[in-house]
Amino acid sequence: MQLVLEKRAERSTLIAVASPLIAIVLTLVTMSILFAILGKNPIAALNVYFVEPLTDTYTLGEIIVKATPLVMIGIGLSLCYLANVWNIGAEGQFLIGAVCGSWLAVVTNGTGAGYWVLPAMLVLGAAGGALYALIPALCKVRFGANEILTSLMLVYVAELILDYLVRGPWRDPKGMNFPTTAAFDPVATVPTLFDGSRVHAGSIIALLVVIAATVMLGRTIKGFEIRVVGAAPRAARFAGFSADRLVLFTFAVSGALAGLAGIIEVAGPVGVLQPGISPGYGFTAIIVAFLGRLNPIGILIAGLFLALTFIGGEGAQISMKIPLDLTKVFQGILLFYVLACDSMILYRIRLIATPKKSAPASVQGNVHGTA
Amino acid sequence: MGLLEAILISVIAASTPLLLAAAGELVVERSGVLNLGVEGMMIMGAACGFAGCWLTGSTFLGALCGIAAGAALSLVFAMLTLGLAVNQVAAGLALTILGTGLSGLIGAGFVGQRIVPAPHLDIPFITTLPVVGKLFFGQDGFVYFSILLVIAIWWFLYRTRAGLILRATGDNHTSAHALGYPVLKIRLLAVLFGGGCAGLAGAYLPLAYTPFFIPGMTAGRGWIALALVVFSSWRPGRLVGGAYLFGAVTILQLHAQALGLGIPSQLMTSLPYLATVVVLVLISRSRGIAGSAAPASLGMVFVPDR
Repeated sequence: MQLVLEKRAERSTLIAVASPLIAIVLTLVTMSILFAILGKNPIAALNVYFVEPLTDTYTLGEIIVKATPLVMIGIGLSLCYLANVWNIGAEGQFLIGAVCGSWLAVVTNGTGAGYWVLPAMLVLGAAGGALYALIPALCKVRFGANEILTSLMLVYVAELILDYLVRGPWRDPKGMNFPTTAAFDPVATVPTLFDGSRVHAGSIIALLVVIAATVMLGRTIKGFEIRVVGAAPRAARFAGFSADRLVLFTFAVSGALAGLAGIIEVAGPVGVLQPGISPGYGFTAIIVAFLGRLNPIGILIAGLFLALTFIGGEGAQISMKIPLDLTKVFQGILLFYVLACDSMILYRIRLIATPKKSAPASVQGNVHGTA
Repeated sequence: MGLLEAILISVIAASTPLLLAAAGELVVERSGVLNLGVEGMMIMGAACGFAGCWLTGSTFLGALCGIAAGAALSLVFAMLTLGLAVNQVAAGLALTILGTGLSGLIGAGFVGQRIVPAPHLDIPFITTLPVVGKLFFGQDGFVYFSILLVIAIWWFLYRTRAGLILRATGDNHTSAHALGYPVLKIRLLAVLFGGGCAGLAGAYLPLAYTPFFIPGMTAGRGWIALALVVFSSWRPGRLVGGAYLFGAVTILQLHAQALGLGIPSQLMTSLPYLATVVVLVLISRSRGIAGSAAPASLGMVFVPDR
């Protein structure tokens, strides 16, 4: 007996809807086993991870704060992945967006500049992220260089640029030698929405991005183009869609969104430019994009869910001494299960009888897949 | 020991993990599978390799632990991409995220511990020869193994029937399947081999390069190894040159920093990453004229029909 993969006659709509939920359940089961191995009570740990953050208004707000960059970056990445373009350097674009926007905050610091500063910072952040993303896109279109590797390499470079600026030219002279800029002026800060919570106006921008992406993908030619180029490149060529221009477009948009998320993060919850402004948002957003099935509404939900794991992970570290790295393990396992469950939309697993060993040479071609 | 000799020796040390990981990935890609999880498998190899060595006191057993950890992680990747026909790019990224997290979990207890670094070859009279002695006869076992590994891979790919079948699988899995070759089984073995190599490459870092473990100590070497495979045009011979070139960039930036030329250290540290981008662009550009050297079925999903 043997397990083989078999293509379904048509996509399974049932599994398409259920797959993220099945993936989450499987992840929770795996996590329970991991908790048990670490010598923690699985029920208590899952409670700290996934339930407790939802019972308190402050942590609920923190989930929204963490979800804001994840959703914005995830939306941009989903456009790339729909078009079969692989931008995995969103972390770097996030940092460069933060750097470019912060430049204005640093030069206007203490000059009493007006309320134009913050909008200009957001524009600079988005532009910086987009330009940084265009480097791998241009390398791909112009020279055929693999965008996965170049976009990833530029993450390391972005980290070093940020590090250089806050240790060198932009360091706060009154900052006791800490690698950080001076605290941003109020006109350079994203306003919070409620008292007693860090939820800020950036979350509204994230929601607008979700709406804009929904409209673009569902109602415009550009959205159609993205999906056609990704799903059927040959048909797209006949339709006159340029794959190269789409590489530039999707990279620029995803870079702009990552950059915008970056400057919102420093001008909002963080308030200064410093190393370590991102706990890996750019990479987690890849999981968000896939868990959300590359659909804007799905990404909104997935972003909130993964934000919950960040907050829950911090809670679990404090109250149960569970290492923070477990959150990453959790995220990796989740992505695996999501991908595996998604595969079941197109395929089914069948149990078949193993072919006889003594089969003649002519039928040995019927080799079955082994997993 | 002269400065030049010291630099050359450190270049070899810095190149060896790149060479080991890239050699494994080359075989994987030649079979038609793109495993982007090298970084994750390397850092797992580093954590488990260190743990193994610390617990047993043996570099050899530590290296075996690293190989096992890398291969185990690559098995997860194989189950998804080969068994369930999952997109290889996405699964590779998942592997890197998972490996980073797991290595942090495993390595947490070992941060700050020290081990005895891997012994270096010492042949009386020969190792003490001026200039060439230490360079060629005074390295640790990993260095010699990495060279032997590349030679073995070259011999396997180009001089054995199994190697020919592996290359055929990577170039056209449909034809290979039609001829009766077990495409998925071949790819499974290739992926496991690549995982073991990546694990060993990771283990080299705490076992020989620096005698301690730091989370994230691979610092993108897995990704550079992936770029090296492209750089080498999927040929083992060119891989050696590429790996030593990148090792040289890494070491030269360290020496330039030590000299204090007034260049920001961050610029120097970013050199290997920038060099990777530049090299990829140059290689891809020249390839544009000569046609792609990549295995034709690279990264494509294969589900055998019945």
